[in-house]
Amino acid sequence: MSLVSGAGAARTRRRGPAAGFARRGRRLLFYLPAVVVFVAAIVAWEVVVTALGLRTFVLPKPSAIVAALVANWSDPRFGLATSARATLVEAVGGLAIGTLAGVLVAFATSRWVTARGVLLPIAVAANAVPIVAFAPLMNNWFGVLSPLSKMMMAAVLVFFPVMANVTRGLVQVEPAALELMRSYGASEWTVVRKVRIPNALPYFFTALKLATTLSLIGAIVGEYFGGSSLVLGRIIVQSASALRFDVTWAAILLGAAAGIVLYLAVVGLERVFIPWHASVRSSEP
Amino acid sequence: MASQVEAPVVRLSDVEKVFTRGDEAATTALEAIDLDIRRGEFVSLIGPSGCGKSTLLRVIGDLIQPTRGEVVVNGKPASQARRERDYGMVFQAPVLMDWRTVQDNVRLPLEILGRPTAQRTARAREMLELVELGDFLEHYPYQLSGGMQQRVAIARALSFEPAILLMDEPFGALDEMTRERMNSEVLRIWERTGTTIVFVTHSIPEAVFLSSRVVVMSPRPGRITRVVEIDLPRPRNEDSRETPRYFQLVTEVREALRMRGDRPADDEAIGDVPSVDRTMAEGAVG
Repeated sequence: MSLVSGAGAARTRRRGPAAGFARRGRRLLFYLPAVVVFVAAIVAWEVVVTALGLRTFVLPKPSAIVAALVANWSDPRFGLATSARATLVEAVGGLAIGTLAGVLVAFATSRWVTARGVLLPIAVAANAVPIVAFAPLMNNWFGVLSPLSKMMMAAVLVFFPVMANVTRGLVQVEPAALELMRSYGASEWTVVRKVRIPNALPYFFTALKLATTLSLIGAIVGEYFGGSSLVLGRIIVQSASALRFDVTWAAILLGAAAGIVLYLAVVGLERVFIPWHASVRSSEP
Repeated sequence: MASQVEAPVVRLSDVEKVFTRGDEAATTALEAIDLDIRRGEFVSLIGPSGCGKSTLLRVIGDLIQPTRGEVVVNGKPASQARRERDYGMVFQAPVLMDWRTVQDNVRLPLEILGRPTAQRTARAREMLELVELGDFLEHYPYQLSGGMQQRVAIARALSFEPAILLMDEPFGALDEMTRERMNSEVLRIWERTGTTIVFVTHSIPEAVFLSSRVVVMSPRPGRITRVVEIDLPRPRNEDSRETPRYFQLVTEVREALRMRGDRPADDEAIGDVPSVDRTMAEGAVG
């Protein structure tokens, strides 16, 4: 019978310099529309604000925001670089704590029915409390000046989606795959290692992508409730009350940039760890 | 005499399986099943949907415990046979691990059995050559067609040389042409390896073409109604499907499927009859 009857042969990767150039070209073309739209939107923003003569406190021009970003990069009052770094550290710390806790609880709940009965209602209840309500508590428990209190805010937000998704990934395994492992006389731990964990990886990365954004929200909301003044949350509050909205926007821009950096880092990890998964396969031309 | 000396690979004695789920009424999936399978035999279990043929396969493989009766495999209880890795399983879906390459999928059982790495690699390669996928070692399952994926599953099942290969409608999801090609493939592998195969199907031509014996089952409760010896000469090939004896045997199995044990034939045994017709048939009988 023919060996090339399937799609496999056709999808074999071509290598070599010519293929490399073609690949890079396709990639540029793939991203071109997004770049064009982005640049056009910025230009339109600039033009509309200038044409309508909008005041800075309503909406500053993009050029004014960039100017504020440069001018206040290492300013003693609105130190944007120091603040962005501090906020990023809080977010990443919270991401790590929340993810670790979420994964641990997911393993416990998927392994033991009793753990599921005890932990799930608590997790759901904790998730139902608006995050803002936790901020004064966290400041009290972990120190208003300590970055740990902001990390814990981020961790609370991160915990639930990670826990819920990883649990699902560990539990929703093809029944036939479990029958197969049973027919090999595999131990429960082997099933976890060879089937459940790999099966849960795509779910984990989906949660992690959500969690990057959530960790920044948690950190910045935590900062609103007091602590060090050189953090993005405080810069936003202080510059707004000083009517320096160009600085406010610059701080928001940095927050967004931090979010994008974290997100892309997760996408990179995804390509390394789950290259076989449909979400990774189809995201590239 | 020799056949009496050698004990059967599988011996089922008076096996019964009753499913009870919550408050629902109990369903008898299998009743009074007696069956011996000899070493190197190719036995097909055939019957309409819901006749318990897949359940019977899982009882043999110790994936389901019978409510009553005894399953002896290679002279041991089925549970011990499973722990000693006597079974290779192939399901209707290939059940490949998406995250493993073709080669690593075939190595999986060998990893679990703790075989040395060098042996795993050599064995996986050899098995993939056997199913003619030697050029696809580093591919991922998503890069293969359905038929190719099922061949990987067969290679995986054979990789650790199990005493018995249990196949649950392995080609049920494939188109007719691919299915016929896979049938020839399985026969070739069976002739080459001499493995005992128990094969669940609902295709009469498939069962007749492949088997040494076809076990015909009836539903509710699942029982064995007839065992048809398939005496088509071997080796069989595509031409075997056009011999008069083949058609005779297909007819014989089809007629056996129409019978319901010792009751008169009615259309219910075919399985796919619309309910109106069934009501009429029952009315005519009762």
